[in-house]
Amino acid sequence: MRISTIGYNAKQGVVNIGRNIIFSLASIATIAACVFLFGLVFSIVINFNYIVKNVEEGVTMTVFFEEGVDQAAIDSVGEQIKALNGVTDVRYVSAQEAWEEFQKEYFKGAEDAAEGFQDDNPLSNKANYEVTVDRIENQEEVAQYIEGLDGVSNVNHSEGAVNTLTTFNKLLGTISLAVIIILFAVAVFLISNTISVGIAVRKEEIGIMKLIGATNGFVRAPFIIEGLLIGLLGAAIPLVILYFMYNRAVTYILEKFNILSDIVSFLAARQVFEVLIPAGLILGMGIGFIGSAITIRKHLKV
Amino acid sequence: MITLRNVSKSYGKGQPAIDHMDLQIDKGEFVFVVGNSGSGKSTLIKLLLKELEPTEGTIEVNGQVLNKLKRRKIPKYRRGVGVVFQDFRLLKDRSVYENVAFAQRVIERPNRVIKKRVPEVLTLVGLAEKYKSYPRELSGGEQQRVALARALVNRPDILLADEPTGNLDPKTSFEIMKLLEEINERGTTVLVVTHNREIVNAFKKRVIAMKKGVIVSDEQEGEYHAN
Repeated sequence: MRISTIGYNAKQGVVNIGRNIIFSLASIATIAACVFLFGLVFSIVINFNYIVKNVEEGVTMTVFFEEGVDQAAIDSVGEQIKALNGVTDVRYVSAQEAWEEFQKEYFKGAEDAAEGFQDDNPLSNKANYEVTVDRIENQEEVAQYIEGLDGVSNVNHSEGAVNTLTTFNKLLGTISLAVIIILFAVAVFLISNTISVGIAVRKEEIGIMKLIGATNGFVRAPFIIEGLLIGLLGAAIPLVILYFMYNRAVTYILEKFNILSDIVSFLAARQVFEVLIPAGLILGMGIGFIGSAITIRKHLKV
Repeated sequence: MITLRNVSKSYGKGQPAIDHMDLQIDKGEFVFVVGNSGSGKSTLIKLLLKELEPTEGTIEVNGQVLNKLKRRKIPKYRRGVGVVFQDFRLLKDRSVYENVAFAQRVIERPNRVIKKRVPEVLTLVGLAEKYKSYPRELSGGEQQRVALARALVNRPDILLADEPTGNLDPKTSFEIMKLLEEINERGTTVLVVTHNREIVNAFKKRVIAMKKGVIVSDEQEGEYHAN
């Protein structure tokens, strides 16, 4: 197709949108809702994953030993843990170190109180391994395995909190996906209606075009362009809104719940939107294209 | 240029619209096809535009056998055939210039060609000054001139006119026919379907008379006889 022809058809596409502006606006609004929701969920899920990943990196489990187990047995357990799949780090904490860490944490500002123990280490049998795994989901399995090893008394790990995070993240993703699919279908349906109206309005013109010798592509192009433009507009509007919302939301959350600022950090807007903008535009224009293409197949047998 | 061999077209059971018709029209001819409504004239035009398929027989236009023409080749075929209708079929929301340019856009002519060619053909039909007007601002005769300009802008080898004067007064009808004659003199084969007896008898061209789908007479410099 020539550039002048593309230009002409693009203009016709814009004219079409203007001709049935109400339908076009309804379609744009539905796509906007679809892309907005997609963007919102995407921003939440991507940040959640980021937070969960950070938390995962910081979560370790602690392996304790039965009383009277000798150092050789402890070393052997350490070797076996290191060899496990999914284990990224194993750190040995001797009884002395455990006691020192305990003092640092719990006798802060009251060091004299700890002095009463003097050389009598109350944690003398609390030598342990701090084990880090690559993924939270693997923690449970690794813990069970280690508990079965000779000489191990128990393994402390925080299954609850982190698992809840992961489950919530998955649930959020699934529900959002379902809502997006429904909105997607509604948007395709609305665009299809808009294009049908456009075709009906231009029926005579299309008939004349065909008699003059217009190719299928030429007759169809304005309607495809109409769909793509509706999709583009429908996607661009929520993306701009989301961009401004994102920074405000992050600032708001961190200010309002400043307790969170120690544990969580959010992704920068740039990191989110360098993926979200192309994805949102492709989604919007994809909906527009599919909506017009199926309608043209149905109504424009040229 | 146009050859029909044993062509029939039925829309269902009963009398076919075209009944075993043989016809030969040579390059550069000017032909009137006359007959009352229901004689099969309009069906003939539709067959020649490949809007309809014949029930039997073969149609050959401009060296192409229409029966064998693939769907995707139809647009290209139609570009070689200009057509005007009784009801003009102009695009009401576009100017005279755009209506004519439209036919060039459809076949993807570049803008510089369109800018040169459209005024040329508007001059030919005598509407050069009205290029900015809209169809509603024009008389019937002027609208038909625009339709003619649109049919001619792509330089077709054949011009089909389906009752081109059906909505026009006698004087304007005569002017339009003079224009068609002029176009024919420039080398375009012209086929005019009409039931306007005065016009046909004034022009002394080949006259093919149809009745109930059959050719009942075919005369050079013929007349449209009352039936």
